[in-house]
Amino acid sequence: MAEITYREALNQALLEEMERDDRVFLMGEEVGEYDGAYKVSKGLLARFGDRRVVDTPISELGFAGLGVGAAMVGLRPVIEFMTFNFSLLALDQVINSAAKMLYMSGGQIPIPIVFRGPNGAALQLAAQHSQACETYYLHAPGIKVVSPATPADAKGLLKSAIRDDDPVVVLEGELLYNLRGEVPEGEHLVPLGVADVKREGRDVSILTHGKTVHLALQAAQRLEKEGIEAEVVDLRSLRPLDVEAILTTVRKTNRAVYVEEGWPYGGVGAQVAAIIQEEAFDDLDAPVLRVTQADVPMPYAKNLEQLAKPGVQRVVDACHRVLYRGVPPARGA
Amino acid sequence: MKVSAVPRQGHDTLHGFTREELLRILRRMLLYRRFEEKAEEAYAIGKIGGFCHLHIGQEGAAEGCIGPLRPDDYVISGYREHTQALAKGLDPGRVMAELYGRSSGASAGKGGSMHIFGAQEGFLGGHGIVGAQAALATGVGWAVRYRGEDRVVVCFVGDAAVNQGVFHESLNMAAIWKLPVIYVVENNEYGMGTAFRRVSATEIKDRGVAYGIPSSVVDGQDVLATWRHMEGLISEVRGGGGPRFLEVRTYRFRGHSMSDPVSGTYRSREEVAERTEHDDPIKILRDRMMEADLLTQEQLEAMDAEVRKIVEEAAEFADRAPAPSPGELYTHVYSEVNPHGRLFFDGRER
Repeated sequence: MAEITYREALNQALLEEMERDDRVFLMGEEVGEYDGAYKVSKGLLARFGDRRVVDTPISELGFAGLGVGAAMVGLRPVIEFMTFNFSLLALDQVINSAAKMLYMSGGQIPIPIVFRGPNGAALQLAAQHSQACETYYLHAPGIKVVSPATPADAKGLLKSAIRDDDPVVVLEGELLYNLRGEVPEGEHLVPLGVADVKREGRDVSILTHGKTVHLALQAAQRLEKEGIEAEVVDLRSLRPLDVEAILTTVRKTNRAVYVEEGWPYGGVGAQVAAIIQEEAFDDLDAPVLRVTQADVPMPYAKNLEQLAKPGVQRVVDACHRVLYRGVPPARGA
Repeated sequence: MKVSAVPRQGHDTLHGFTREELLRILRRMLLYRRFEEKAEEAYAIGKIGGFCHLHIGQEGAAEGCIGPLRPDDYVISGYREHTQALAKGLDPGRVMAELYGRSSGASAGKGGSMHIFGAQEGFLGGHGIVGAQAALATGVGWAVRYRGEDRVVVCFVGDAAVNQGVFHESLNMAAIWKLPVIYVVENNEYGMGTAFRRVSATEIKDRGVAYGIPSSVVDGQDVLATWRHMEGLISEVRGGGGPRFLEVRTYRFRGHSMSDPVSGTYRSREEVAERTEHDDPIKILRDRMMEADLLTQEQLEAMDAEVRKIVEEAAEFADRAPAPSPGELYTHVYSEVNPHGRLFFDGRER
């Protein structure tokens, strides 16, 4: 196995899928001559030319819709949003066109398209450039959503997303692009809808996805020093959702904490908590708690930003609460 | 860039069409008119629900713009698209069954009046968000060029769509990549109840010019002029000339939708009566053909009886067609059943 960065893993996925299938093309702002705003598409223009690696005007709604139109007649576009913050401009085409086309055409027109780019906060980029957009997409039936946390998952999930016949939103992490990790050589696919237990444990389940997987792992290390064995379950795919994996870990530990970058109201953790109480109520020994971003727009000042983001200590505290270790369990973390 | 305007020509102008061609065009427009009248009737007695936007008065735009296309060309439109679907070759029974919400409908009863699709016929919908189809059309044009095909994409939008951002983003991209798309703005003068002049300081045709797209205007109530003009545009676009922008001047004889009166606070009864009398594309063609001794009253009545029969049969087909089975609620949300994970979260049996 080769150790490569998350960025290189995504690049390999794009390159391999473009070589495999001429219907696949990459379109977005700065993906070509600039080699990608975050260099994910580095070298692809030189390799495939401007027919298949296409720089766009700053017109998110327009080029997202263009991608959907191309998918309507059988191409397989990969639309890059420079960041998912800007994808909100394109939401009409993603929700009203891509997600609903197959249904409202009575099954005639599938939309095999990928929307991808970095999601969530980076460092001190303030409110408009630091937000997690999962829930906007998760909410709409017709869309699939994945959120890889490691280089291997980034490659495997992006390849599967490109081959999928439905619209798939691939949420990457700006702060993950330099993360190194082992990626299997050769064809490496990770199926949509399969979670991954990133660390086994018997005392408490930390469920999460994307960038905060690493936060959960750090919290688990800290808990280990206290003799608490936390299990870290990376959902990887948010729709389809590996509900069996969620129920399995809850039945094992009887306690669950959800960690995410997004806001709490209507968040991923809210949905997961609903599923757990509906389908594993008798297995719970404590309420399901959530660790999220503070329920405010992201501030710029470094100290406030730190307070706003979900941190390791807050995950540890939430685990203590569901384990009834010295902190009252009733309220959110 | 210059805008070429095409004023309405004399009513004796038959534009070199043969009698057979003229009869076919007249018959098609009459079919569209009778189809929409039947839909109006069916709506009134509750057989059609929801929003229903009739194209009555605008038949010349549908026939004149779609008639000259090849069967493998693409058409995409907004929510006033029944007659455009018919013009592109969809069976009237399947379109009517869609309006009735039946499983035999063009979109299996899941789309309704605003979302009629005929993938096989190259009719790519019925889209309900004003102007959104402009971006989709641009993508279809992108795919045509990507594959090196010589198909043409015709994108219909209404006059109100030219104020949507997505429309401008689309025109710009089509122009920089020289995509084979003809953006047809059906200017029926009102975006719902708002007169176009109240929401624009420029004329519609100038919007295409802003992006370097050759732009023109045609009288959509003159189906023959529209047809001939479109033939020229299609030929230019098919030859690799890049996109074209066409304003088709027309008028809607009914309300914005079935819930909207024909005239009201935004336009007078007199205005509608005057336009219906003098600007009816079917009457204009009929009169020209009669003046040229190419059509008799008896022939017209026989033709009308024939298209009425087609429409009656379409309505009977729709009436007989079954509603979608309850199991169809969950089909076509995703294209395949995913072997892993949960896709639906409502906790219901399916």
